[in-house]
Amino acid sequence: MQFGIFTVSDVTTDPTNDTTPTEHERITALVTIAKKAEEVGLDVFALGEHHNEPFVSSSPTTTLGYIAGQTDKLLLSTATTLITTNDPVKIAEDFAMLQHLSDGRVDVMMGRGNTGPVYPWFGKDIRDGIPLAIENYALLHKLWREHTVDWAGKFRTPLQGFTSTPRPLDDVPPFVWHGSIRSPEIAEQAAYYGDGFFANNIFWPKEHYMKLIGYYRQRFEHYGHGSADQAIVGLGGQAFMRAKSQDAVNEFRPYFDNAPVYGHGPTLEEFTEQTPLTVGSPQQVIDRYASMREYFGDYQRQLFLMDHAGLPLKTVLEQLDILGEEVVPVLRKEFAKDRPAHVPDGPTHASLVAARDASAASPVERVETDNAEVLS
Amino acid sequence: MTPRKLAVVSAGLGQPSSSRLLADRLTEATVERLTEQGTATDVTVIELRDLAHDITNNLLTGFPSPKIEEAIAAVTGADGLVAVTPIFTTSYSGLFKSFIDVIDTQALADLPVLIGATGGTERHSLALDYAIRPLFTYLHAIVVPTSVYAASADWGSAEDESSLPDRIGRAAGELAALVRASDRSGRVRDPFELPAGFSPVGGFGSQ
Repeated sequence: MQFGIFTVSDVTTDPTNDTTPTEHERITALVTIAKKAEEVGLDVFALGEHHNEPFVSSSPTTTLGYIAGQTDKLLLSTATTLITTNDPVKIAEDFAMLQHLSDGRVDVMMGRGNTGPVYPWFGKDIRDGIPLAIENYALLHKLWREHTVDWAGKFRTPLQGFTSTPRPLDDVPPFVWHGSIRSPEIAEQAAYYGDGFFANNIFWPKEHYMKLIGYYRQRFEHYGHGSADQAIVGLGGQAFMRAKSQDAVNEFRPYFDNAPVYGHGPTLEEFTEQTPLTVGSPQQVIDRYASMREYFGDYQRQLFLMDHAGLPLKTVLEQLDILGEEVVPVLRKEFAKDRPAHVPDGPTHASLVAARDASAASPVERVETDNAEVLS
Repeated sequence: MTPRKLAVVSAGLGQPSSSRLLADRLTEATVERLTEQGTATDVTVIELRDLAHDITNNLLTGFPSPKIEEAIAAVTGADGLVAVTPIFTTSYSGLFKSFIDVIDTQALADLPVLIGATGGTERHSLALDYAIRPLFTYLHAIVVPTSVYAASADWGSAEDESSLPDRIGRAAGELAALVRASDRSGRVRDPFELPAGFSPVGGFGSQ
């Protein structure tokens, strides 16, 4: 089980003192936050991609490459990489490069992006969101697995004899998660490829995601990648903690009330009841998140959103201390309890290399691979 | 025959409101017609006033609270809908439109709808036909030909050929016939139904 944090990289005014960080301050804070995540024993740091204010992360592999150079163990990911408006060729190149520079400490989460104008700014049409996500990923998947690629599709220039460089580290592509809030097409896509499925889970009630994840698990099994409980599931989460529960509520309330997305809408009490946002003592967060597997099954990755809505860097770092030192160690034990041996751990480069080598050594698998090549 | 499900939405803000009064009259008349034809009816009444905060929250957060999810399910899974709004500044009320806005745009297709509206004077009665009817037509709902507008004065006028009770009776008859024939409430909806022809590798395949 992997634990980590994800950030949307918003530059938001702190409602308690009306100060706004500069872009430079926010960007350096992101690096500080990532390094802190490693220091407190978290496994994953995932960075969003946006092409509009008030967000600063337009080019995640640049930032992640810098973070890779300053960390040793942290797994670097995205939340999300826009598979719709980015050229899949550039995604293949950028993430393979990051994979080499980080010694395999990278995976990637595909998302469509829901900011309407970004599509036309990149020459695309939001109404093609799903077809873009499907076709672009089909090409990306191929570029990482075949040396020389011929390709023709609807959305980009055809390719003849193209090789994406550098080739993936050890010829094993980065693991891919597909993030979706409501589209069964994306769950179907993740299941088809045997990729991971990430449910953001922070803005919607869990019942919604239970259905979507259940569907993905069922289709994962249908496509022959393993049993439904072996599908690779990641969840988002959100917490704010202080030793005394009421202190956490009092301190977080102004940030909640003015937050982008849900601010000026439901009350903190309504939102914590209806979504996984937990504001209170570390024990309350442990209890809430330890129960997630009861709803979603044993899963592989839990990411928390900890640094948004104008929370000052100092507060975010305190939160990461609590998360890494008091919450996650207990959650690791809780999640390990009664976890069936056949449920896989969160994927890493080492585990993917091992799986590839194991399948190459198995003659049965080998025959299937050969047949597949003949048939295609 | 299994009971038909009738949803009733009233956007009146007063308590009691004349919109609710009209909605109740339309509902009673519709249920009466269905009963005459031997069809039982389950009625669910939704007062949007009680959901006003939840509707706003849904607009802001993008997801329904359990309370409004229940109301939306009652409307989208019904065999017929009685929808009544006060006319504010030449059109449906903002609350009424906001409720419609949090419903999936495909979810009201084929739904028989009887539209009603209330207002201070009869001068605004055409709002039913230039604002409310096109709204439901856009959503592919089936709006019955007779819509019912009740001005304040209608509640005190004598019964004649074009009186309020007469219009209610005519509209209810039209709605009852469609509700009786509807199989909407019995349909199984697959929330994960993929679009026809969908392929996880796209139109050009994995090549």
